[in-house]
Amino acid sequence: MNKYAKISLDGLIFNNPTFKLVLGTCATLSMSTAALNSFGMGLSVTVVLLLSNVIISLLRKVIPNTVRIPAFIVVIATMVTILRMVLEKYIPSLYDSMGVFLPLIVVNCIILGRAEAFASKHPVLDSAIDGVATGLGFTCAITIIGIIREFLGSGSFFGIKVMDFKMSFFTNSAGAFFVYGICIALFVLIIDQVEKSRRAKKARLLRVPVVEQMSEDKEA
Amino acid sequence: MNIFTVILMIFVAAVFSQNFILVKFLGICPFLGVSKKTGNALSMGVAVTLVMILATLVTYPLYTYVMVPLEIEYLEIIFFIFIIAALVQILEKVIEKLSPALYKTMGIYLPLITTNCAILGVAELVLTPDLAAIVGTAGAEVGMNLGFALLYALFAGIGFTVAMVLMGGVREKVDTLPIAKCMKGFPITMIIACFMAMAFYVFTLIVI
Repeated sequence: MNKYAKISLDGLIFNNPTFKLVLGTCATLSMSTAALNSFGMGLSVTVVLLLSNVIISLLRKVIPNTVRIPAFIVVIATMVTILRMVLEKYIPSLYDSMGVFLPLIVVNCIILGRAEAFASKHPVLDSAIDGVATGLGFTCAITIIGIIREFLGSGSFFGIKVMDFKMSFFTNSAGAFFVYGICIALFVLIIDQVEKSRRAKKARLLRVPVVEQMSEDKEA
Repeated sequence: MNIFTVILMIFVAAVFSQNFILVKFLGICPFLGVSKKTGNALSMGVAVTLVMILATLVTYPLYTYVMVPLEIEYLEIIFFIFIIAALVQILEKVIEKLSPALYKTMGIYLPLITTNCAILGVAELVLTPDLAAIVGTAGAEVGMNLGFALLYALFAGIGFTVAMVLMGGVREKVDTLPIAKCMKGFPITMIIACFMAMAFYVFTLIVI
């Protein structure tokens, strides 16, 4: 498989930050009351993740190993400060709805996690792709939770009224934990099935004594 | 408003009705990660409370008396996170020197606290000029000052610890039960948190 495709797939699905690694939970739980808010939060995190990954990857040979965590945090905090200014000027509605969770993007574990685990060890292009993929993985996950909670909680879809019912349980904090927990469980179930079928396929292929197929399988 | 009423208001809001973990969703990572045992949960809670108070003690005066007069409020995120990181480092060294036994039980949690959103959350929340805005009770305006900010940090820390310890107690029992494979770990913890949040929802009905 192509190296870049593998990085993207890992970030989007197999190492999905929200459902697989369960990082950045505070933002996910608090911002997913409405689909539009969660989408905005997801994109904000993606932008910060991309910029911080690129900068940290560029600086990875300059930053001494002993002070790397403070250095990463300062880079991330600078990016968040810039994002905050831009949002305040151009998208004030999103700025207001995010409230205290906008500065808290700094301590979102996804961003520091990717800086530490990936950007500090890989070249710029890889890190940029990883940042976008992980960010989009987060955006998709938080938007799915947002859509479910908004639909069940107020009967609307991205702010448009679809049905006339209301279960305020889902817009409350308890509903956030509930929907998130069920989503993780479903994700684990689906990924397990995919892995199982993949392993079965692999085993079937290996039993056939054809050299070509075996080498293909090894590449995969 | 009477000062004791204000203190009671902050207490009820920060510990129960606006609980940091279960209502405000701040500091969920340690809540899910370090709540497997009651003892660990308690150590983490105490460490977080300590750092919260220290951080507020430094950031609130810095913001009000230095950053606002100099008009550099836009640097608050960078300043605050740096102060918190430095405080955690200092605290780690101090505890290591003063009490090696305490360091052994609490030491591993200290580095984790830097990226705990609850700490930065408190530092950011107390910057509001009106106390009623964060305490969540609509009523007379109460001016914010350093004393109230520190009290809020203390009670928020206590609320955090209460939720952590309760979760630790439940998880000690749940981890031994037969649960479907896909529900093990994070999902079942989330469902437990859901029930706890429902219980805490009752506290929002308290009016002072």
